[in-house]
Formats: sequence, structure tokens, C-alpha cells
Amino acid sequence: MKNERKRTFLLITIPILALFVCFNTIPLIRGVIYSFTNFKGFGKYDWVGLRNYIDLFSDARVGKSYLFTIKLAVVTTIVVNVLSLILAIGLNSKIRAKGFFRGAYFLPNILGSLVVGYIFNYFFTYILPALADMMGISSLSTSILSNPSKAWIGVMIVCAWQAVAMNTIIYISGLQTVPEDVYEAGGLDGATGWKRFRYLTFPLIIPFFSINMVLCVKNFLMVFDQIMALTKGGPAQSTESISYLIYNNGMSGGQFGFQSANAVVFFIVIVVISVAQMKFSGSKEEQL
Amino acid sequence: MKHTSTVGKSNRVALCLLILGLSTIVFPLYMTVVIAFKQPSEMTTSISGILSLPKTWSLDNFREAMEVTDFWHSLKNSLVISVITVGLSILIHSLMGYALGRNKAHSKFYNFVYLFIVSGMFVPFAILMMPLAKQTAELGLANWAGVIILYVVFYMPMNIMLYSGYLVNIPMALEEAAKVDGASTWTTYWKVIFPIMSPMHATVAVITALAVWNDVMTPLIIMAGSGENTLPLAQLNFQSQFGTNYNLAFASYLLSLIPILIFYIICQRQILNGVTNGAVK
Repeated sequence: MKNERKRTFLLITIPILALFVCFNTIPLIRGVIYSFTNFKGFGKYDWVGLRNYIDLFSDARVGKSYLFTIKLAVVTTIVVNVLSLILAIGLNSKIRAKGFFRGAYFLPNILGSLVVGYIFNYFFTYILPALADMMGISSLSTSILSNPSKAWIGVMIVCAWQAVAMNTIIYISGLQTVPEDVYEAGGLDGATGWKRFRYLTFPLIIPFFSINMVLCVKNFLMVFDQIMALTKGGPAQSTESISYLIYNNGMSGGQFGFQSANAVVFFIVIVVISVAQMKFSGSKEEQL
Repeated sequence: MKHTSTVGKSNRVALCLLILGLSTIVFPLYMTVVIAFKQPSEMTTSISGILSLPKTWSLDNFREAMEVTDFWHSLKNSLVISVITVGLSILIHSLMGYALGRNKAHSKFYNFVYLFIVSGMFVPFAILMMPLAKQTAELGLANWAGVIILYVVFYMPMNIMLYSGYLVNIPMALEEAAKVDGASTWTTYWKVIFPIMSPMHATVAVITALAVWNDVMTPLIIMAGSGENTLPLAQLNFQSQFGTNYNLAFASYLLSLIPILIFYIICQRQILNGVTNGAVK
């Protein structure tokens, strides 16, 4: 009887594990192997040792893509979390048509980010400059997407537009875990407004804050669709995200080996950031 | 008494701000709808030309967009891929979540397998895409079937974590009772455990379906040479054919958003619950 149970579990686990290894672990290992070669994506290739990794750190384009991606991730994460916390508090207050508002504010999240990007592309290229002209704001009268120093803001806005929806929902479920008597007790001690939020609400929703931070940073570091739809990395390579660069130069630019090395470094960066975030948030959780 | 009156006032302020904030969501959608219905001749360069309501609500743009992007074919591909992926995910991931969840506490092997698969969450697609493009081509899987297999693998870490987490709440006594009746582990699973996990099936279905439906990268890498499109991939591939006919482009964008909008309107509650459960658990 006991053996039957053990055998069944093994028969379930082995094939599914094999599937996972085939399409996740093996490609990962192959990626690492390619990173030590000068493979172009086709034809013959040679081992080049650590050459790709050394080149990576002196490659201005790669450096620029890391700076852009990290800047985008940090700024968007802050913007999204501030906006969605405010929004969540609003949506959690005693208002009419709460269900309608929650549903409506979540809408951006279900739409495909590529198409959303195309729609905003048009908005930034035609509508925003026309609006700025009408109101006499000359700094916005040309498309921000064609300006190397401003294009990232466009990408940031589109990323934030969709991510706020998701983060708000998570914050709302966090706010719902805060019992009413905490506020009542706090009210007796004179905690209102900002103080109430800072010393009562926020410490209690820190676990949800951590979830949102991890989700945001990970998603924005891997940003791809929005870049594809808005700027294709331009202008002047100012909005080339790491994923976009790896896709663009690795898949069709003949840099298969080199971009594999880039991807390995990117992988390590993601793991380090995620683990650090989880360690950090794990140590700050407040127990009620 | 003073207390309640300030609450009432702040709620009215909150309500006004929420309505105002909603415009950031309504405006892009309004813009999409009006541009999609207009003719290029109605699009003057002024704001009012772009944003006014169309003179006639003609479906011509949509008819043309459907032809240009091979809409029904892409829709069918997207549906097939999403439905099969969700179905397989529920079957395979719940089974694996069960096997790992029931054993990882007392078995080093199962605990290792669990951590091994769950840590797959940190692997960015960027590192897998080039080797996978090669590998799927070698295996003859550079098509929608390959895309489905990859999705089942990509969403495995997340879904297994959800399932094995849910399993903690299902008492062993239920399984033992079935065993006393002579049922094997396999039958017990499908007859007893699988139905009990329905709430988690709903969560997994929602988050997997949304992720798959809107994904661009996987089909872009894997199906690029097959001449087939999913709905988002069609937008990308036909973007150049719209040229400067933005009305046609917007009709096509709107078409590609309609299926998920309908789905959202019908299953809004389930989607919100599913997404929240998936993220918070």
C-alpha cells in the first residue's frame, strides 16, 4: 500500500520534472555554453573563453542599456507604488460604487501591453504635441518619443499605466487585512491623517508592499513589449532595455554568443536583486 | 458626531478624485474607439479633428483590418493556445503540486525538486530565448504546439507554488478515508483532491490565461518562421502595413482588445479574485 503511493508519486514527478529540465534547465545551460563562444546564430563557432564577458564590460551600448533599464525600473517602481497606494486607500474608503471603481481601475492590467504601447505611441506622437501647442507649452510641442533625453519618460508612463492597476489590487487586499479596531485605538492616541498612515496602516501592510516591490522591479527590469511598441530602442539607442538588446542583436544581429553572455549577466543581476529584496523585506515584516 | 461629518466630507473628496483619475483610463480607450471608426479624411491635425466623434459609425475600417491582419485566423490561434495551455496547466501543475506538496516536508528529494522548479521563476526569458529558438527548431516544435509546451514549463514554478501552498489546507484524513475504501493514490487524487482544489484551479486559470493571451515574446521567438500569428503578434507583424493609415491601425488594435474586454466584463469578479490570490499567496 505504502509502495503503491510512493510509486505513484515518482511516476508523476519524473516525467514532469523531465519536461521542465528539457525546456528550462537545458536551454539555460546551453545559453551559458554559448556565452563562451563567438556563435553568430548559424554556422560554425569557436570557443572564446571569457572574451565575451570582458567585451561586455567595455561595450558602451550594453552599459547604456543597463543604465536605462535600471533607471526605468527604479523610477517606475517608485511612481507606481506611490500612485497605487493612494489609489488603494481611495478605493478602500467608504465610497459609492466601490465595485465599479475597482473594476474600472483594474482594466489597464488585462490589456495586452504591446497594443497599449501602440495606442500610447500615437498619443505621444500626435495628441500630446497638439495639446501642448494649444496650451502654449513649447517644451512638449514635439513628440517626447523622438527626444533622446525624454523618450524614457514615455516608456515609464506606459509601464506605470498598466502596473498601477495590479499594485492597487494588491494594496487593497492588504488594507482589508487591517482590522478597524487598530484605527479606533490609534484614534484615541491622536493618530490621524498622515500619522495614522505612517505609524498604523503602513507597518501592517508591509508584506503587501514587499510583494509589490518584488513584482515591479522584476517586471520592469524585463521590459520588452513597451519598448517594441513605443521606441524600438530609439532614439539614438536611448531606450534600449536589456531584454530588447538581447533580442535585437542576439536573434538577428549576429551576436548570439555575445548576447548570451549579456543574458547570463542579466540573469545573475535579477537573482541578486530578487534575493536581496526578499531578505530585506523578510526582516522588516511587522506582526500584528 | 463631528467625526462622522469629516469622514463624509473626505469620502466625497475621494469620490471626486477617483472620478477624475478614471479619465486617465477612459481617455486612451475613447481615443482608440473614435480613431478606429473614422476615415483618414476626417483626421485633421488639430486636436478636435482627431478626438471628435466620427461623422458616421462605419465598420469599414474593421472589415479592412480583419483582412489585412488575417484576424479570424490569429484569433483562432490565440484561443487554441490559451485554452490548451490553461487546460494542461490545471492538469499537470496541480498533479505536480500535489506530488511535491505532499512529500517535500519529509523527503529531501521532493524538497529539492520543489525548490529546483520554483527557482525557475528567476530565470528571465532573455537568457532562454536564443537557445529555445534553436531547440524548438531542432525538435520541429517551432509552431503553436511548441509555444504551448513552453508556456506549460514557464508557468510551472508559479503554479506549483500556488497548488502546493493550497494543499496545506487539505487534511490528509480525506485521502486516508478514500484509501480505506481501497482506492489507489491515483484515483484518490482525481476523485477527492482535484475537485477540492477548484478554487485554486480558478486562480491558476485566470493568471495563466491573462499571461498567455497577452504574451508577445514567446510566439515572436518560436513561431516567427511559421507564418502563423497570435492576436498580439499579428499587431506587431502587420504594423508596417498600416503605414500612416492610423484609422486602420486603431481598428485593428481595438479588434485585438475586444475578446479580452468581453472576457473581463463577464468574469470580472473571478479575474480580480484570481489575480489577487495569485499575487498574495
